[in-house]
Amino acid sequence: MEQLVLKSGGWLLVAVIAVIAVAASADFGFSVHMAIVAIAALLAMTAGLQKANYFAFATAAAPRKADHSRYDDDPVRWGVIATLFWGAAGFLAGLYIALQLAYPALNLGLEYTSFGRLRPLHTSAVIFAFGGNALIATSFYVVQRTCRARLAFPTLARFVFWGYQLFIVLAATGYLLGITEGREYAEPEWYVDLWLTVVWVAYAAVFVGTIVKRREPHIYVANWFYLSFILTIAMLHLVNNLSMPVSLLGSKSYSAFAGVQDALTQWWYGHNAVGFFLTAGFLAMMYYFVPKQAERPVYSYRLSIIHFWSLIFLYIWAGPHHLHYTALPDWAQTLGMVFSVMLWMPSWGGMINGLMTLNGAWDKVRTDPIIRMMVMALAFYGMATFEGPMLSVKAVNSLSHYTDWTIGHVHAGALGWNGMITFAAIYYLAPRLWNRQRLYSLRMVNWHFWLATLGIVLYAAAMWTAGIMQGLMWREYGADGYLVYSFAEVVQAMHPMYLIRAAGGLLYLAGFLIMIWNIAQTIRGNLRQEKPLSDAPFNPDADRPLPAQAAEQPAPLPVPANEPVAQPIAAE
Amino acid sequence: MSYETFRHFADSWGLVVMALTYLIFVGWAFLPRNRSRNRDAATMIFKDADHG
Repeated sequence: MEQLVLKSGGWLLVAVIAVIAVAASADFGFSVHMAIVAIAALLAMTAGLQKANYFAFATAAAPRKADHSRYDDDPVRWGVIATLFWGAAGFLAGLYIALQLAYPALNLGLEYTSFGRLRPLHTSAVIFAFGGNALIATSFYVVQRTCRARLAFPTLARFVFWGYQLFIVLAATGYLLGITEGREYAEPEWYVDLWLTVVWVAYAAVFVGTIVKRREPHIYVANWFYLSFILTIAMLHLVNNLSMPVSLLGSKSYSAFAGVQDALTQWWYGHNAVGFFLTAGFLAMMYYFVPKQAERPVYSYRLSIIHFWSLIFLYIWAGPHHLHYTALPDWAQTLGMVFSVMLWMPSWGGMINGLMTLNGAWDKVRTDPIIRMMVMALAFYGMATFEGPMLSVKAVNSLSHYTDWTIGHVHAGALGWNGMITFAAIYYLAPRLWNRQRLYSLRMVNWHFWLATLGIVLYAAAMWTAGIMQGLMWREYGADGYLVYSFAEVVQAMHPMYLIRAAGGLLYLAGFLIMIWNIAQTIRGNLRQEKPLSDAPFNPDADRPLPAQAAEQPAPLPVPANEPVAQPIAAE
Repeated sequence: MSYETFRHFADSWGLVVMALTYLIFVGWAFLPRNRSRNRDAATMIFKDADHG
């Protein structure tokens, strides 16, 4: 009872301080953010008061203990739902800004809906809200199963989930209000960064705590990838966001670095966010969910260890390839390029390891749409990790840099690799987390697969074309030594490609909406009556003994195997 | 330590130490006595009976 009073009082105090900060703040955006913090604190207080077991207080009964014979999956279930919610928001924002590029009128003449503010909303929503929730949820699921132990610090695990959602809301509203540090993929301002640091330390504590109390001698390789993701992101976040706030009650801050040092810090962060958030974290998913769905162990455990250490030792140096032909020293640019090219090998080693896990079970690509998604994810992992090193070569980069080719590359990786492996993992998780016999519909997974794949193909093809055309038009000199095209002419030439890109995004979003419906029905416990995706053929007409006199008559002409007499009927 | 000495340390001894550490970590996986441990580790994810 005292504990409940103390806790609720604490939340109330936080809310009161936040309200005071609303009044005293130096700018409007900070006021809005403090109001959000106050609302969040009040919600936390209300939830705590509603959930409290008053019967136990009255009768002094022992508090209800969690069932320790089961895994602690509540935060995982919330995480799956949050992934779907933020995914829809992020994909929709992406489609909207894609249409803005084609039809600038969609900026609506408002600062809040302008491309410059919606673009970081899109990137952060898909990377940190969609991807981040998927990573936290799957890491909590996988670490428990592979350690065969319940989550350490269950309260802290719940704090991680809700704290991360607050971070997302603060970041997203901040972008719309124009609160930004202007650092790509690290736009949130200093106080949101501090909050994320607290949440991330809690996340690391829960994850490492669970590994420490594991009941298995070996730490499965997926946990290595998750752990490297958690620790490296902590380091990157802290260094990249070193900054000095103008006022403790205001949203503006200035970076601790200046000039090219600041640029290098930014891209050291930026590229390793790709390497450790979008690659290592999602590879952890791959190393658990692909073997589980294929029901066979990973092709080579040794290769997975080489894959791990190679990524760790190489990725961290690749960042300078974002700064080719800038004020960055030439040797640093070359270093970034060389390490990027070297990264190609371990990346393909990992892709081969994932694909070869299906060795001997390749038929599942035909019969199991979840495996099909995983294979497509690995294929795009391979394509994106080939394209990346290629783009990092200075000669190629001189054409591709600042063009839409880069956008195409990022989306091949993000939609193809991160998106597909996340969808597959969620399809795997949903029936298990909600204790259902199977997914609502496998055929809808198949629809999702084809819509998403077609969407990516349209997207990537349009952006490759647009990017290379853009790069060539920019560098086109006439006989008299003047540039042939003005910038606006290049923009105009890309209009058809922008439309194709938006169509691709629409297909990808449509597939995702099918997924949301499918998962929602699975959670509700419905099963769709549908024809199975594959079945051994059964022909009732042929299922008879030979007639008795058949042995005396001359044998009839054999029917060619490729012309069956009757169409086989699938068993229902 | 000046920028120049730091930079030269990084591309000489620093690089050697990094490369050796990498080779040791990777070589560890190739030790013959770790073969059965690798196999056990790869298949341990299938031991879990609890709706996993």
